[in-house]
Amino acid sequence: MLARYERNLNALSESEVDALASRTVAVVGCGGLGGYLLEYLGRLGVGSLIAADGDFFEESNLNRQILSDAINIGDNKAEAAKKRMALVNPLVAFRALPLRIDAENGPDLLRGADLIMDAVDGIPSRFALQETAEILGIPLVHGAVAGWYGQVTSVFPGDRTLDEVYGRNSGAEGRDRGIEARLGNFSFGPAAVAALQTAEAVKVLLGRGERLRRRLLVVDLLENDFEILDLRRPTAPGKEETAFTKRTLAPN
Amino acid sequence: MTITVRLFATLREGRGKELELEANNEATPRDLAARLGIDVKDVAILLVNGRDGRLDDALADGDRVSVFPPVGGG
Repeated sequence: MLARYERNLNALSESEVDALASRTVAVVGCGGLGGYLLEYLGRLGVGSLIAADGDFFEESNLNRQILSDAINIGDNKAEAAKKRMALVNPLVAFRALPLRIDAENGPDLLRGADLIMDAVDGIPSRFALQETAEILGIPLVHGAVAGWYGQVTSVFPGDRTLDEVYGRNSGAEGRDRGIEARLGNFSFGPAAVAALQTAEAVKVLLGRGERLRRRLLVVDLLENDFEILDLRRPTAPGKEETAFTKRTLAPN
Repeated sequence: MTITVRLFATLREGRGKELELEANNEATPRDLAARLGIDVKDVAILLVNGRDGRLDDALADGDRVSVFPPVGGG
């Protein structure tokens, strides 16, 4: 065991640490959530990371985006992520994609990933990721944040949980942006949600603990409300977690 | 019938967390949203008695309707 990963024990077993080192995780969006996700996944020891973002740092990102600093304003976010990981954990095989992922380019660009982390801004890009994960047959760990509020869920192939999360099925017309358009985001909201999203990703990768499949963890940091919503329709018998998880994602 | 409506995040502003509404027996979640001045575009997640619901679902006396606005920031 490398000294770098010693303190992962014994919350994770040695074989689990090794399993994470053999996994590839794609983080799409390297802003508020994505910056923390890459930090957490890279330090933890996920062996291979893909980071995608077509945007460039602006001054207004500095209040919350851990990858932004006073001197890299104007730099591409995915490239900045790669530079940081070279300092934080050079053992990580890191691929930076300085472009916007959509439903057309996603399956090719993210092929080889075991899991996708949804850290994009706005709602249409999230559906593109759900589509991409569906095509690749891999899980998507969704996170979103707005001011004091955040949410996390795992979307497995076939689930299309984001259809429920954003009201496509409820009869609501929906919006392209959520309440973050008015509330903004501050430093600790993305950090808190990214931590919960990372815990979920590790459990999905290792097939361990309770996972948020077809359930949404909703976090209200203002009122200290943490709720898990059941997103299955009462009439449709919920498909139980299939052998998919164990076959594809259990530790080697 | 009496319906309990639970609101979350920004939907609480000016309305409160939980309301008891008297409604006629045909009222749907869509009608309740209209009464509370909630734009259906702000209804991202709708739960009826804790399970996934639809705006035009039929309701029964004592039902609990929970409404969450869309959160989409990254």
